[in-house]
Amino acid sequence: MKRKHWYDYLWVISSLYLILGFFNILFAWLGLLCFFIPLLISLFSGTKAYCNRYCGRGQLFGILGEKLKLSRNKPMPNWLKSHWFRYAFLAFFLVMFGQMLYTTWLVFSGVTDLKQVVTLLWSFRLPWSWAYTTPVAPWVAQFAFGFYSVMLTSTILGLILMLLYKPRAWCVVCPMGSMTQLVCKGKCAIKNQK
Amino acid sequence: MKRKAFIQTKQCVACGCCMKVCPRSAITIPNGVSAQVDLQRCVGCGKCAAACPASIIELSEVSNETQTLV
Ligand code: SF4
Ligand code: SF4
Ligand code: SF4
Repeated sequence: MKRKHWYDYLWVISSLYLILGFFNILFAWLGLLCFFIPLLISLFSGTKAYCNRYCGRGQLFGILGEKLKLSRNKPMPNWLKSHWFRYAFLAFFLVMFGQMLYTTWLVFSGVTDLKQVVTLLWSFRLPWSWAYTTPVAPWVAQFAFGFYSVMLTSTILGLILMLLYKPRAWCVVCPMGSMTQLVCKGKCAIKNQK
Repeated sequence: MKRKAFIQTKQCVACGCCMKVCPRSAITIPNGVSAQVDLQRCVGCGKCAAACPASIIELSEVSNETQTLV
């Protein structure tokens, strides 16, 4: 058995994050950490240490699929593993992210009203007003709802992939993982040119 | 003849699942680009191949001479 490190328990934080969103949507803002930390790590250290060590979400899928044996443990189909799909999914994800920022902007500038919903899989709107208890500026809440939608959607997709294929199948298509690897590849290419 | 792990690095997403399970710490991911096996350390147990979500690790027989070449 390998020795456990403190960072092997970050899956607890990832689970807690998802649970907190059911009680107070404003906790969704904390999710920005798992957006900026991986990118900063790859930008400054040129490694995928976030994926390799610290990502609680990857650990969570690992535990559910491996330890609890919830995964079918079958290989992923080739199209799902292809570069084409991986980067198309990243692009789609970024567009959806941009749209979420745009919605926040519309609420900020008073063009539209705050919608207290969590949108799953970019289409299903779930009423979520019970988790909006702390009064804040509408755009702050709008961003929280939008960001939490992104996090919950990707968790659900990851869970489905975990059930159908390998425990950490999500990591093959994960937009964060793709982005950090692209940064690393870019940095490496620049280094080799010098 | 010994079994060793080989990675199709083009398809590697550098997630590190293989690195995590390797009992010999034979796998590294230099520069975050793709995983690499240190054939000197690898004992061919196959744990990495089972863990890889992209299923891109294969175990192949290696003769002792090629091993020293790598
Ligand atoms: S690929 Fe995504 S889910 Fe997997 S370890 Fe990296 S950031 Fe986490
Ligand atoms: S086959 Fe076993 S020893 Fe070799 S790299 Fe994979 S996990 Fe490590
Ligand atoms: S588990 Fe597979 S995809 Fe992930 S780093 Fe290892 S070889 Fe690459």
